[in-house]
Amino acid sequence: MGRYIARRFLLTIPVLLGASFLIFALVYALPGDPIRALGGDRPLAPAVVAQLTDEFNLNDPLWLQYVKYLGDLLQGDFGTDFRGREVIDTISQRMPVTVQLAVVAIAFEILIGIVAGVLAGIRKNGFFDNVVLVSTTLIVSIPILVLAFIAQFTFGLQLGLFPIAGVNEGWYSFLLPGLVLAAGSLAYVARLTRTSIAENMRADYVRTARAKGLPRRDVIVRHTLRNSLIPVVTFIGADIGTLMGGAIVTETVFNLPGIGRAVFDAVRAQEGAVVVGIVTLLVFVFIFFNLVVDVLYAVLDPRIRYE
Amino acid sequence: MSDPNLTTLGHDEAGAGGVTGATDQPGGEARQNSLWSDAWRQLRRNVLFWIGAVLGLLFVAMALLPSVFARGVDPRSCNLSNSNAEPSAEHWFGFDQQGCDYLANVVYGARNSLIIGLLAVVVILVLGVLVGAISGFYGGVTDSILSRIADIFYALPLILGALVVLRSGILGRGVVAVAIALALFGWMTAMRLVRSQVIAIKNSDYVAAARAMGASNTRILVRHIMPNAVAPVLVYATITIGILIAAEATLTFLGVGLQPPAISWGLQINTGQSLLRTAPHAVLFPSLILTLTVMAFVLMGDALRDALDPKQRS
Repeated sequence: MGRYIARRFLLTIPVLLGASFLIFALVYALPGDPIRALGGDRPLAPAVVAQLTDEFNLNDPLWLQYVKYLGDLLQGDFGTDFRGREVIDTISQRMPVTVQLAVVAIAFEILIGIVAGVLAGIRKNGFFDNVVLVSTTLIVSIPILVLAFIAQFTFGLQLGLFPIAGVNEGWYSFLLPGLVLAAGSLAYVARLTRTSIAENMRADYVRTARAKGLPRRDVIVRHTLRNSLIPVVTFIGADIGTLMGGAIVTETVFNLPGIGRAVFDAVRAQEGAVVVGIVTLLVFVFIFFNLVVDVLYAVLDPRIRYE
Repeated sequence: MSDPNLTTLGHDEAGAGGVTGATDQPGGEARQNSLWSDAWRQLRRNVLFWIGAVLGLLFVAMALLPSVFARGVDPRSCNLSNSNAEPSAEHWFGFDQQGCDYLANVVYGARNSLIIGLLAVVVILVLGVLVGAISGFYGGVTDSILSRIADIFYALPLILGALVVLRSGILGRGVVAVAIALALFGWMTAMRLVRSQVIAIKNSDYVAAARAMGASNTRILVRHIMPNAVAPVLVYATITIGILIAAEATLTFLGVGLQPPAISWGLQINTGQSLLRTAPHAVLFPSLILTLTVMAFVLMGDALRDALDPKQRS
């Protein structure tokens, strides 16, 4: 087990480096000169340009810039943006918003997704099963962008139930964007649970439990559900990293000051250090949760052994 | 991420079709035909497939002959006095902020969306099938390197990656740039799908037989392995067109995709979002048509997957 984790961990290093270099190259291969752009209409003094260019290592070849950046990063230094603000400050200020959003989204996935999946799976091809199949197909077909506007318009403007922008009302402000962000994964969780439950309902151990005369509730909750949740739990774990990417659209439409909004603003303003810093962080989160899920798989399902 | 469990977990729905269908058949023409004719028989009975197919054809027609669907109205002939006017019997979708007929504008938006969706999926298939087949067939170091490269791209979210590429301006602006940016960060799933199919089929008896008879690597790949990997890739590609169309609208909405004066649903939604309180139809109609387009491909892909999965047949 320990050896497996160590090996998997080592394999993630080239992926993390590769992804961050890819973004680094794309951001810094820009033809424009961000230092000159800083001055706007008034050109900066040549000495200032030279000083700043030197400070941000912009004269070095790309790979050397990256190596220097990496060296700083390993010491916990994410660098500064072109206005002199520490990137780490931006991240630590914006991160809590996105974490809250992701927590709400995961909660929706678990609550609605698993319950719908179980109800559909225990009576395969029944009425509720068909309702779940059709509604998940619908949800998957609606782009997050459109879903966000539907939610804003109906629940926010027409019904007036939820705030449609900002984070002024604490957790309550996250309900609507969280639901929108979760929608696609929620549909997938419901389908995954349904398939898994329907399959396990036919399993030998379920038949045994039923033959012993256990009440239907116990058979479903203690025997079928517990075993059926293994793929669902791992999907939700891996989804945490994916949600961070979806947060760009959700946070933009709902005007939440999170990490997705921050990276979008930074891309538009060509703030290289902020873009690279946040993307590297997002990739790390994605890889980390995938690793956790792999290990979790072995813990949850004793039939899987990695030795 | 390189763990096979996880790869199949994420895509098991799409992958379920071909593996079982492929391994137990001898690879002759007759059996091959029967897989597809069985699938077609099943598909014909599926109501959801027909809904998807009709919607899909409708939008293809809309992209080819927009003036018919726009009732002959030029999307660029505008009159500011009609700004944001509500839908009426004359003008079904009302007017946009510039006072242009909104039906015409939404209809003319179909062409860009479909071209980008189709172009991106073609690039994804070429990249995915090529890299996946090489990776799965040759294995070893080649496979490790190619799989690791796929992992790198996989770790970057599609929208984020495309956002950075398009903003950097390396690809330029316009329809082709958006399609390539999407394909660049979207080919990995196709690659993994093809790779796992190739690995599964590579070890089957009929491939061993072909090799024993002296068939070359290329011949085995092209004649024996690829035809059997087609089914899951087809399912994946159909659904992906829908997802790519949605992604294009999102990128354009965010301001890095198509630029005005191009006609695009993403631009229309972007302009409309500030009018949500006063003129909700400005967001409603492009959103509705966008959703129906995406749905057309998702429904067709879903139905195709069910039809091509022999396990579900009784």
